[in-house]
Amino acid sequence: MASYSTNEFRSGLKVLLDGEPCAITENEFVKPGKGQAFNRVRLRNLKTGRVWERTFKSGETIEAADVMELDMEYLYTDGEFYHFMKTDGSFEQFAASAAAVGDTKAWLKEQESYQIVLWNEAPISVTAPNFIELEVVQTDPGIKGDTAQGGSKPATLSTGAMVKVPLFVNQGEVIRVDTRNAEYQSRAKG
Amino acid sequence: MTHPWAPGGDLTGWRARAELFAYLRSFFAARGVLEVDTPVLGRVGVTDPALDAPTAEGGALQSSPEYFMKRLLAAGSGPIYQLARAFRSGEVGHRHNPEFVLLEWYRPDWDDEALRQEMDALLGPLLPGFPARRQTFGALLKDVFGLVWDRTGPEDWAKVLQAHWAQRGQEGDPVALAAGDELSLLEWLYGEACETLEAPTFITDFPPALASLATLRPGGATAARFELVVGGVELANGFQELCCPVTQRARFEADRARRAGLGKRDVPLDEPFLAALEAGLPPCAGVALGVDRVLMLMTGARSLDEVMPFSWHRR
Repeated sequence: MASYSTNEFRSGLKVLLDGEPCAITENEFVKPGKGQAFNRVRLRNLKTGRVWERTFKSGETIEAADVMELDMEYLYTDGEFYHFMKTDGSFEQFAASAAAVGDTKAWLKEQESYQIVLWNEAPISVTAPNFIELEVVQTDPGIKGDTAQGGSKPATLSTGAMVKVPLFVNQGEVIRVDTRNAEYQSRAKG
Repeated sequence: MTHPWAPGGDLTGWRARAELFAYLRSFFAARGVLEVDTPVLGRVGVTDPALDAPTAEGGALQSSPEYFMKRLLAAGSGPIYQLARAFRSGEVGHRHNPEFVLLEWYRPDWDDEALRQEMDALLGPLLPGFPARRQTFGALLKDVFGLVWDRTGPEDWAKVLQAHWAQRGQEGDPVALAAGDELSLLEWLYGEACETLEAPTFITDFPPALASLATLRPGGATAARFELVVGGVELANGFQELCCPVTQRARFEADRARRAGLGKRDVPLDEPFLAALEAGLPPCAGVALGVDRVLMLMTGARSLDEVMPFSWHRR
């Protein structure tokens, strides 16, 4: 397995730390005055998303992680695993565990494209597109006379996600949602 | 495999670099300081335990032009400056590049405060906040950590450092990282303290153990070494220069012992440099300023990569 020395550290590098796949998000080489050098490295655990800082002795090496980021289309769930397919025409499929899918479960829509992180050929995280269009399957009827301004109500979407929508949005309509903060954006066009 | 070829930055940045070089040269020309040019590939590297000069066929790439420039001073050059390429192995980061530009200059018969005043004059037109504040090494550590460095020891330094890191959410054990080199703990504390300094500040009067190539103040309690810190970034390191060949040789030998303790490769002494001190280096003050870092602060860049057309990863 390949390894990286601290002077090869840079953001985006995928490394194995305490057996966990991580991405370096920031590398600061620290060498005050005439002192010994060390590296202050900010890392993101690719499985949990946790970000932390760690010091490395300059010249230390760490193992590279066999990590790839790919776009894949969501197919279906068998109740235990979530199945995705590569979009490169290979039709190659991958099964992601519930742990890998995490909170993205609320945004899984068939035929939509997701960013999958593969570690040693297995999905470890699934990220939804920033915006997604979903049908409102349940919401209370809007109150007559209400317009575009002010007021919101809860709505359940086809994926099971709950979002706040303006009062004028009706059951059966398709809306555009920002998956990063679960905020309503607009009614879907066309 | 693609081969990215494009330089970093843009034409505005490359012009800013050229203009800065022109300004520095005109500043020294107006003051009668002679521009000199010394080898980048020297016979030997540097004994400083914190520095590693890249070795090359025929010797080592110089971590600073200091020894050659002092040989010129000993030969009667008078005041001199150089825009030198300097090399330091393994130093890669936002504020470090293994190859960089040092502006180094020497003022015979000046003391270190006179040189700091010239630095104020040089940098005033380039960066806000000059003339810079002056603060001693001791006062800085007292201010930031409430620590009196000469009445505490390595265990105290490690504790304060660990607490400071923990507070910032940084994992790491300073003692393990220092690998038995206790002075490193003091130097890291100093580095952390510098990062808190926004306004331009000269840190003066270093502990004698960190004197490097500076002479000791009368009484020997502190060394006449100073650094300039701007926006938390170290810009320059200067000395009232050590002229005594015997003390210099002893410091080189102490460096070698510290290198051996750290498991670093041994570096032979620069004998021609020591011979120049024997012949007589005039009393002088000298300083080295990181030109790329000045450019970084001038342009508000976050990383050296934005002000160097070909930084380490772009070569």
